[in-house]
Amino acid sequence: MLDVNIAHRFPDFNLNVTFQSGAKVTALFGPSGAGKTTILNVVAGLFTPDSGRVSLDGSVVFDRDKDVNHPPHFRSVGYVFQSPRLFPHMTVLQNMMYGTTGKMPSDDIAQVLGIDHLLSRRPKHLSGGEQQRVAIARAVLRNPKLLLMDEPLSSLDADRRATILPYLNQLAQSRDLPVLMVTHDMGEVAQLADHLVVLRDGQVIQSGAVSDVLSDPAAVPDIGVRNAGAVVTAVVTKAPSEDGLTQITLGGQSLYFPNIQRGVGAIVKVRVLAQDIILAKTKPADISALNILSVTLKKISAGHGPGAVIQLSVGDQTLLARVTKRSVQALKLEAGQNIYAIVKATAISRGNIG
Amino acid sequence: MSFGLTEVEWIVILTSLKVALWATLVTLPVAVGFALALARRPFWGQSLLNVFVHLPLVLPPVVTGYALLLVLGRQGVIGRWLFETFGVTLAFTQTGAVIAAGIMALPLMVRAIRLGREAVSDDLLQAASTLGASPWRQFLTITLPLMAPSVLVATVLGWAKAMGEFGATITFVAAIPGETETIPSAIFTALQIPDGSSAITRLVAVSIILSVGALAVSEWLARRMKTGGV
Repeated sequence: MLDVNIAHRFPDFNLNVTFQSGAKVTALFGPSGAGKTTILNVVAGLFTPDSGRVSLDGSVVFDRDKDVNHPPHFRSVGYVFQSPRLFPHMTVLQNMMYGTTGKMPSDDIAQVLGIDHLLSRRPKHLSGGEQQRVAIARAVLRNPKLLLMDEPLSSLDADRRATILPYLNQLAQSRDLPVLMVTHDMGEVAQLADHLVVLRDGQVIQSGAVSDVLSDPAAVPDIGVRNAGAVVTAVVTKAPSEDGLTQITLGGQSLYFPNIQRGVGAIVKVRVLAQDIILAKTKPADISALNILSVTLKKISAGHGPGAVIQLSVGDQTLLARVTKRSVQALKLEAGQNIYAIVKATAISRGNIG
Repeated sequence: MSFGLTEVEWIVILTSLKVALWATLVTLPVAVGFALALARRPFWGQSLLNVFVHLPLVLPPVVTGYALLLVLGRQGVIGRWLFETFGVTLAFTQTGAVIAAGIMALPLMVRAIRLGREAVSDDLLQAASTLGASPWRQFLTITLPLMAPSVLVATVLGWAKAMGEFGATITFVAAIPGETETIPSAIFTALQIPDGSSAITRLVAVSIILSVGALAVSEWLARRMKTGGV
């Protein structure tokens, strides 16, 4: 359990942040300059704020009022920085072993991260992505109580990102290593995180379970209209067919999506962008879209611009759709109506499945 | 085994080597200490320390030598106390020559080491701290190895300066044969006598060989460090 309650006055903005998270993976999301990295630095002990308190698993590592401020090397917090920060005079293996007691643990981490063939090299002979993977291994092998990650995947290409994401997921789940990560990629949040803290100008705008925050129309302006979209949890009910589509079931209704390489019975998280949903009052026929869901309209939230965010429920889950105010009027949409939501199968990319 | 050098010249060379070696050895840890202090976040008195360390670089060496006489001479503030308490005399002794050469070498060494320390990014030290390294371990395993090439450069630079030091040395400890007469002061002495030119040629040649040799050794070591051999 991570408990953060800190305030600091910078010349140009004020940081005032309070959140708790007992989740496996907590994501800090917000535009640059929102204070995300500063929060990680405070938790790591690299930055001392004006006031506040930080506790980790019930032990207080920082408390201004009680004059508690553990130095970083006593905090048992691993940190993957935005840049790898490898020690240039050490080999990859020496870098990885720096935070350990000395002997190489019987660990498959080097293999999983694809760096096992690099162990005797020096960092300068590695690509940026390789360096970052070494940095991740180094921080994990240190065996911390909490792992901080500052946009760890931003230096990786899409393919490598896709291979590392499941590993990070497995890390958090199987090693019982909670993660606090900074990101501005909502796809990453949907795939990795359980808890989402949305920040703006040093303040917490939203904090809660990822599915709750992402299905809340009020969070849409801060997440960005192009990024907004709820995450739903569904079950794989048919393995991928010859044409590459996998059947999943959501609220008793079948959907077909590509890019889901899972066996029958697996639970998948799918992020459906609000802008990828089309609404219809009657069930459309002769339409190319494969997925037509029968949903109940829960709420219409009109924004400042021409758009409106529509909250829909499917079974016990929530979807967000974004349509124009004009369409809302034309269709005479109102809360409580049973309508249809149309989702193109190809709208769901690999980065939206976790 | 005279290499065409007279016994007197050999004594001069050995005195020079001995003085320069000791001056470098004694000054090195002091220079590392000052360099680290000056590369740190600003603290009270830092600029004063900076000026003090650099004084021998900007003052005429004779003035530095005179200041040493005033402070460490038998009638000097510290010199008198040293003599009365321990019976130690520094002025006109070989130990005094070591001190004079060391003080003249100090600013050069501090500058070189400080540049090396400042090139070690605090980012790396932060990373080490989050990996559980205490400040002391950070220094030993990150800072020191990464600034090692600059310490090496400082050592060679300091040694060369100590070998060549003349003004402060001759002022503070004169040029007593077998005790404080070094290569530069011997060359100067030889210049004063009518038939000294052959001795001058030999001593100058030795000077050049030693200096170029030191430079070559340091280059070689620096290259080995860079490729990760050391």
